[in-house]
Amino acid sequence: MTHPAASNDRLPSLTRSWVRVLRAPKVNLVLLGLGGVLLLAFTEQFARIPTTDLASSGTWKIAVAWSIPILMAGLGGMFSERSGVVNIGLEGFLVLGTWFGAWGTILTGNPWIGMLFAVLAGLLGGLLMALATVTFSVDHIIAGTAILVMSPGIARYLSDLIFPAYGGSITQSPTLTGVSTFDWPILAGGDLFGWNSPDLLGWLERLNWFLVSHAAGIARGLVFQMSWLTLIGIAVIPASAWVLWKTSFGLRLRSCGEDPDAADSLGVNVYKYKYYGVVISGALAGFGGGFLSIQLSGLYKEAQTGGKGFIGLATMIFGNWRPGGTAAGALVFGFAETLRLRDPNAPHALLLLVTIAVGLFALRAAYRRRWQSAAGMAATGALIGWYYLTADRVPNQLPQVTPYIAVLVVLLFATRRLRMPAADGRIWIKE
Amino acid sequence: MTEPAVLLEGVTKRFPGVIANDRVDLRVEQGEIHALCGENGAGKSTLMKILYGMQKADEGRMVVEGREVSFDSPTDAIAAGIGMVHQHFMLADNFTVLENVILGAEPVMRGVIDFGEAERHIAEVGREYGMETDPNELVEHLEVGERQRVEIIKVLFRGAKILILDEPTAVLVPQEVEELFRNMRELKSEGHTIIFIDHKLDEVLEIADTITVLRRGRTVATVKPADVTAHDLAELMVGADLPTPATSSSTVTDQVVLEVAALHVEGSETEVALHDIDLTVHAGEIVGIAGVEGNGQSELIETILGVRAPSAGTIVLGSDEITRWSVRSRREGGIGYIPEDRHRRGLLLASPVWENVMLGHQTKEPFVRNGWWIDPKAARRFSAGVVERFDVRTPSVDVPAHALSGGNQQKLIVGRELAAESMLLVAAHPTRGIDVGAQAAVWDELRSARKAGRGIILISADLEELIGLSDRLHVRLRGQLVADLDPAEVTPRDLGAYMTGAKEATR
Amino acid sequence: MKQRLLVLAPPIAAIVFALVVSAVVLAVSGADPFTAFGNVYEYGTRLNTLVETINWSTPLYLSAIAVAIGFRMNLFNIGVEGQYILAAFIAAQVGSQINLPPVLHVLTIIVVAMLVGAVWAGLSGYMKVTRGVHEVISTIMLNAIAVGGLVSYLLGIWDAPDDTSLDTALKAIPESGWFPDLNPLVGGGTRSDLWGFVLVAIVVGVAYHFLINRTRLGFDLRATGYNPSAAEVSGVDPKRTVVMAMVLSGLVAGLVGLPELLGNTHTYSLRFTQGLGFGGIAVALIGRNHAAGIAVGALLFGWLSRASGILEVRGDAPREIVAIIQGVIILSVVVAYSIAEKYKRVEDAKAAAAALGDVE
Repeated sequence: MTHPAASNDRLPSLTRSWVRVLRAPKVNLVLLGLGGVLLLAFTEQFARIPTTDLASSGTWKIAVAWSIPILMAGLGGMFSERSGVVNIGLEGFLVLGTWFGAWGTILTGNPWIGMLFAVLAGLLGGLLMALATVTFSVDHIIAGTAILVMSPGIARYLSDLIFPAYGGSITQSPTLTGVSTFDWPILAGGDLFGWNSPDLLGWLERLNWFLVSHAAGIARGLVFQMSWLTLIGIAVIPASAWVLWKTSFGLRLRSCGEDPDAADSLGVNVYKYKYYGVVISGALAGFGGGFLSIQLSGLYKEAQTGGKGFIGLATMIFGNWRPGGTAAGALVFGFAETLRLRDPNAPHALLLLVTIAVGLFALRAAYRRRWQSAAGMAATGALIGWYYLTADRVPNQLPQVTPYIAVLVVLLFATRRLRMPAADGRIWIKE
Repeated sequence: MTEPAVLLEGVTKRFPGVIANDRVDLRVEQGEIHALCGENGAGKSTLMKILYGMQKADEGRMVVEGREVSFDSPTDAIAAGIGMVHQHFMLADNFTVLENVILGAEPVMRGVIDFGEAERHIAEVGREYGMETDPNELVEHLEVGERQRVEIIKVLFRGAKILILDEPTAVLVPQEVEELFRNMRELKSEGHTIIFIDHKLDEVLEIADTITVLRRGRTVATVKPADVTAHDLAELMVGADLPTPATSSSTVTDQVVLEVAALHVEGSETEVALHDIDLTVHAGEIVGIAGVEGNGQSELIETILGVRAPSAGTIVLGSDEITRWSVRSRREGGIGYIPEDRHRRGLLLASPVWENVMLGHQTKEPFVRNGWWIDPKAARRFSAGVVERFDVRTPSVDVPAHALSGGNQQKLIVGRELAAESMLLVAAHPTRGIDVGAQAAVWDELRSARKAGRGIILISADLEELIGLSDRLHVRLRGQLVADLDPAEVTPRDLGAYMTGAKEATR
Repeated sequence: MKQRLLVLAPPIAAIVFALVVSAVVLAVSGADPFTAFGNVYEYGTRLNTLVETINWSTPLYLSAIAVAIGFRMNLFNIGVEGQYILAAFIAAQVGSQINLPPVLHVLTIIVVAMLVGAVWAGLSGYMKVTRGVHEVISTIMLNAIAVGGLVSYLLGIWDAPDDTSLDTALKAIPESGWFPDLNPLVGGGTRSDLWGFVLVAIVVGVAYHFLINRTRLGFDLRATGYNPSAAEVSGVDPKRTVVMAMVLSGLVAGLVGLPELLGNTHTYSLRFTQGLGFGGIAVALIGRNHAAGIAVGALLFGWLSRASGILEVRGDAPREIVAIIQGVIILSVVVAYSIAEKYKRVEDAKAAAAALGDVE
């Protein structure tokens, strides 16, 4: 890949090479991350109404965990839509995962087997969806709606049938014990073959240096007291990228979402790969559901998915149908959810963060001479800033609906950068 | 004598209501370029899809390289050394050239695609046959000719010895056709066998070693190009004397129906920009617009129709300036439209015939009363009249449009637009993809509309049709007018030269 | 005859299939399906159950009509759910704050609800035509924003202070804003009132039928649904039509919560019925977007949801089996229709080919 470097010709060579480094996509990502940490640190330090530790390892540990169900739904949606099947039934698969995960755990007393139940339940849900959409060419949205209608009914029906005997009720299961957690060695002081390794990031975090300690705190959130299930969930991110872009299975699956006729003409069994896509989608969402009930909540509770399947769908969209972007989106919403749970003042402090961020985007737009969008963003930023200054608390509902508003905003203003699979949602019938 | 590369005997394929292939025989020798000719609907594409395993024959046998075969999917055909380049390219736009080429035949090392090996192999194929490409370029950034090369590389990558090309020249400009023919000869000299579908007869005569003609799903003849003329071939394809599209004496009046002046339309990645278009159509006149597809004809039509907004210039219909009018006002004001793609723009396939007769005229009597209420009885009656007058073969006006054959669908569209008696008729490829009988009927209707004093804009890829029907000819190239010609004095060959820019206008 | 069979066979097959599935589910969960079905039938044919069936079919019917308006032009209004809840909520608040003579009061509430529904649905339409945001995504998001955000937030603020119950609820609508019941029609002896709003639903159904099948606008809508490009060159303004369809759909969606609000609860509380939007999608599918077919579907779903209550009472099974039956019906009905459609296409093609053969 060559980058056009024409505009840099007049710069001295050293600067030019720096510009090139700064423009590389990966560096961009790192810079963006650093900027995010800076914003968080700043907000934590200067929030008008004191709030919790926005950048501590404790907060981020929970944020990572809470983002897993969203992540699993999002990645599940990605597999399905990459194979060309729009999947709005993800929320239903999550529900199935929560219930069957809980049931499996109760039956066997083993959360791992519970997770297996959850994955299988999601998988079967996916199979049903695939049967409808692929074999019987039912419209994807309709099939998804049917799944959405059916899943909570199934869960409630089975709850009433089964949970009372174990001390639960029609709306919830008895409490469950999740899988064990561990600390990463060296980074977070975990054991390494019996050696009690140092807690490097913890030490940095405790230094209380502006920015450095904040960054360390966030990083440590990813490595201490992590459950094995969280680790598996995170591992799915690179794994799905590898499968979709490096293996022939992935290439064929994606070809079904981009141009099924072309795939068919080359002997790719389009139906088969669509089945794989949708079934994997169900299995991943089932995992997310099981994680939610077994590991995060410690019990199954009716309506506990609370739209996480839809939020997952949303993160997939602004993750541009890619694993990395989907993961980033899931983390943001997991973080928002965590703050809401930890400290009612945190959402208010975040207004400051959003104000600054929007302001920066406005400046960038102005720098690029996109006056209209710059003005729009500046106005939005001012509005949020004004709200931050005048209100002392934000309503509980605001953080809850933020993901949905964010999706609409992204879709309204950044549609051009998004590229969904070309044949996504198309009912394909072999000639 | 060696084994033939492909031998088909008695291949029959039925679809509901039609027989696409009726006991077809085909013999293709090793290392030859074999042309398959026939009208649209003669069964060429179906036959090739059967040979490529995309469809299964109901009867008959296939022998490839001396072995009797039966294909369940393209995979089997590919394994037997057959590859196919489809008329509509089978390429995923958002995939790289490499991804498109290797799909389904990926070189794999321990479960992972071996991208290095894939690139090496593609480069090798490219070198061998003179078809260089950048394997990491996204297909959406490629020109039509390049895409076709990618399609051919795709086939060669799989080691195909027998190549099927389905109307490969339909989308190409003449220079690209020459390039393609060069590639085809190269492939032949390397020992490949090529079967290609085409109905541009001069091309067929130029490149083919053997020609097989199909008509109505049957093999009618297999000939050598040296033994036949284009006219002979055409008669074989049609099975009768060719009807000609000639118009009788002029009916042009001095009453202006449409006046387009200094029209500009912005282009985009996929759309051609129009520059400074002037166009006048008189009552009783057919103005033909010639041009290779993709040189602004569709954009011009869409602008006249109001689907596309001009950035400058005026359009006057009759005595009204309609530049800023909506599509509906324009259609009500007297513009009829025969779209180039009847399925995409002309019909509601799932709706009954009578609703299709309404389409485009749904605001007018007799279809609606009091401006708002649809009158189904009157609409049915009117539609029955259209069906009767334009000889649309249909069991009733209540069957859905998709049940009609292609020719009858086209007659339905032509009929409804002529029955509406619009002041101006925009006819885009009015006879594309229909059989000769229907074609002659459409020509008759256009002629009588002209006689009745309509103004007609005719766009067609069929140069004889253009020359035969038009009173005046405009030639367009890259969104600009390059020549005004008198159809009485121009030959198809000259017209083609103008269209491709090989010949400059001297006006 | 054959035509009629093609229309009726799929839904009947789907319902039979759903019955079989539910029998299996019942048997697996330890109940005798035949006893259970017998109980449901016995309870379901009581007059009071039938009255409740009509009551609960009414909002389903309205919801399905709202969905069907979108379906007719290939728009998926998944957002009826959010539209009706927001509409009922705002209308309940407005209705409780004003004092008007009886008929006018009810009309005001109805108009407010329809407008709120139209605005909320229109937003999706607007986002689709201006920025290309797919309506499925935007309506899903707007559902969450309406129900989880706006309604939840405002309910906290507007919660009636003089309310004696523990329930979070708005102030009740005064009696001048109640929709009269139709109890005399059923002899007046039933435990439940027969809500008068069913009359509005009938009017809406008839209006829908004529709008879609007998007006220019309806033709434009359908044409756009079948083939947007062809509709555009026929003079339909695609953007205007999209917004129009969403607004129309929203107008009807605004009515969905009113039978309950005006006929029974007279206030919006946390216990206000949810899920009718999704139910409407199912009913619209069963009824194939035809006004009469939708009525049958709505009655079926309404009856299932009411008559199944007995299962719990008799201890056969949890009543949630209905959600399972409904899900099975949705899926199997669309599958059955798609099979029938394929069959019909083949038949049509044969008929047309036969017509050709006669002449040649």
